[in-house]
Amino acid sequence: MKSLFALIGGLLIAATAMSQELAPDVLVKTVTNEVLEIVRKDKDIQSGNTKKAIDLVEVKVLPHFNFARMTQLAVARDWRQASPAQQKILTDEFHTLLVRTYSKALTEYKNQTIAFKPFTLKAGETDVRVRTEIRQSGAGKNVELDYWLEKSGPAWKVYDIEVGGISLVTNYRESFASEVRNSGIDGLIKSLQAKNKSGEATSVKK
Amino acid sequence: MKTTLPARIKTVAVAIAAAGLLTGCATSGNPKDPIEGFNRAMFAFNEGLDSAIVKPVAKGYEAVLPSPIRTGVTNFFANIEDLFIGVNNLLQGKVPEAFSDLGRVVINTTVGLLGVIDFASDAGLEKHDEDFGQTFGRWGVGNGAYVVVPVFGPRTVRDTVGLVLDIAADPVANHNPERTRDLALALRFVNDRANLLPADKVVEEAALDKYSYMRDAYLQRRRNLIHDGNPPREIEADAGSNDHPLTAEAEALEPRTELAPVVPVPSMLVARTQLPVAK
Repeated sequence: MKSLFALIGGLLIAATAMSQELAPDVLVKTVTNEVLEIVRKDKDIQSGNTKKAIDLVEVKVLPHFNFARMTQLAVARDWRQASPAQQKILTDEFHTLLVRTYSKALTEYKNQTIAFKPFTLKAGETDVRVRTEIRQSGAGKNVELDYWLEKSGPAWKVYDIEVGGISLVTNYRESFASEVRNSGIDGLIKSLQAKNKSGEATSVKK
Repeated sequence: MKTTLPARIKTVAVAIAAAGLLTGCATSGNPKDPIEGFNRAMFAFNEGLDSAIVKPVAKGYEAVLPSPIRTGVTNFFANIEDLFIGVNNLLQGKVPEAFSDLGRVVINTTVGLLGVIDFASDAGLEKHDEDFGQTFGRWGVGNGAYVVVPVFGPRTVRDTVGLVLDIAADPVANHNPERTRDLALALRFVNDRANLLPADKVVEEAALDKYSYMRDAYLQRRRNLIHDGNPPREIEADAGSNDHPLTAEAEALEPRTELAPVVPVPSMLVARTQLPVAK
């Protein structure tokens, strides 16, 4: 099952600059192709340079993510008991955690290809799922990689990503909730910070 | 040796299980995981087994064999598995899927040289993922408690029962003579683990608490598989709603209605060449 995560590799995708009016499927496709193009040529990223992968994600992908919404979904019902200041810290820390995870996945990219499934945007829709699929050369098993996007203003923003049916956002709900139950919002903030610190240490080592 | 090693593992497992029970089932109150204390102990045991034996062997295997050969091994076992997947699709009333699986076996066993090459996928016969646990899920059997099974890892009560049947029906496990059977089982196990190596780092990077991350990922994944990729979207707990979306999920599986055609027609197989989006 873990292989699902593995392949988040090619994926993480949903962002390219200034693509304001792009339809959600076009947006996903454009950014995916753009990022994979870069990764394919970049030996550093392929050999595990997380730092470089993070830079790539920051520039290409992040502008199209709605982190506030993601964090809210992950923290779920405890969100309301967090003060605005706490909400901001939570969002920042969760942002860091997700970016690091994505970037790590990108460094695991080998030569999978991404297939884009047919998509039609119905009139008036503001919340959609764009389906893609990771294909591994040779081996039979494909992994579904779906993006949930929401229209905010003129632009579409990604607020959830599912790999093989596992949401990278809501998968945190239970552990976040038990963190909050045991030691409150501040406890959750502390463990996120600790996690991000330890992650930083390992990515510097690389 | 051959008989003592599994026996020893079993002894250790039992000891650990006992320890887990003794330490009390320290639960964090998650209704899906009532025996969390036990499960955590078992998870730690599995992790220990993995890092001491399984992972190093898988790494060696990956280092020694070139990627095309490993792909061949993966495909070979996947082909055997397709037969079993077809049976499960049939039990779930998904007749076109079952025949597609059968088609895969026929193509891959012949043109694909005993399954080593997966021509069927190239030909548009999509690979499915089914097992008895999913079949029970389809039939409306609920998950039951989450349980970490020694060596096999995360399951639910339902999927553990499924696992027992999976093993009973596994052509590889039932192969004679025993010697080749054991070799084949070992090879499949190591190969499967090797395929997961790239995922390790990502999970380490992502998980705040690896135990619960793996647990929740398993539960989400199974839910998705039972619904063949289209589970009802969970109610969004937008900070507001009181019922916890992950626990308030007693959704019944809507029975599939399109069970009608019992005799497969070629057009069904042809239809499979499309991506299964509109399923």
